[in-house]
Amino acid sequence: MNGARKWRSPIALAAGLVFGLGLGVSGMLDPAKVLNFLDLAGRWDPTLALVMGGAVLVSLPAFQLAMHGRYRPLLAADWDLPTRTVIDIRLVGGATIFGIGWGLGGFCPGPAIAALASGMWPVVGFVATMTFGHWLAGQWPAAQVRDSHVSGVPAHAHG
Amino acid sequence: MSITSFTPWEGLVGGLLIGIATVAWLWLYGRVTGISGILGGLVLKEPAGDRSWRAWYLAGLIGGVFGYEWLTRHGLPGTHFSVDLQASWPVLLAAGFLVGVGTRLGRGCTSGHGVCGIARLSKRSFVATGTFMLAAFATVFVVRHVVGG
Repeated sequence: MNGARKWRSPIALAAGLVFGLGLGVSGMLDPAKVLNFLDLAGRWDPTLALVMGGAVLVSLPAFQLAMHGRYRPLLAADWDLPTRTVIDIRLVGGATIFGIGWGLGGFCPGPAIAALASGMWPVVGFVATMTFGHWLAGQWPAAQVRDSHVSGVPAHAHG
Repeated sequence: MSITSFTPWEGLVGGLLIGIATVAWLWLYGRVTGISGILGGLVLKEPAGDRSWRAWYLAGLIGGVFGYEWLTRHGLPGTHFSVDLQASWPVLLAAGFLVGVGTRLGRGCTSGHGVCGIARLSKRSFVATGTFMLAAFATVFVVRHVVGG
């Protein structure tokens, strides 16, 4: 697996470049565009739905093949997909808090980080408080216990 | 607020590119692509050898935007990327904090739950995606039509 480890960073960079290019092409770096999607009572801009739809169109068959086919990932021993199925207050509460923040700023994590390319200080500030909030919530002891690693698989492969 | 126009083709092509990036990562390393989780692994406890690829992935996101900008200047149809901020400094800082806390507690964001979780047909991700969408719709309604109306 040494070769696989060696290639992980360059491949991550390449995947990130394609993802970032997709964010640029789709216009999702622009909080104005995202918030106009979220503003159902205003001048609605449905673009975001097509971005998510396009991404799911490609990823759904690939994930289903991965989960149900007789294949292994090319550079890892096995699939390392999230295993949790419980729907609890943390999931719903966390998603609610995230949604409020998304609606206030018009940034979710990917576009916020990609928008650092603009060099705008408020974007840097958003990413800084986002990183701090993520770290802080990770210190909550209950989170450490309940989301502890299951058979060596990091529970936050998700995200 | 700024008016933006519906750009279905750009949206669809951008979405396909995002999908291709997640499929490549899945088929090569067997994992979902969740940006908040990738960021989380950088600042929370992770095995030491698990950090550098995360930093490179996030650097790629930024580099991809520069790549897009370069392509639009060299003939790719499309507009230069725009980041039209809609909130004041304090609101943006608070929003960032909420996004950080919420994506950690809820274990995922628009990519991890919204794209990869839906693609896995995960019940948790359907619930999370529906919840953060509803919370965001409600927040924008309050900000624009109740407070700002």
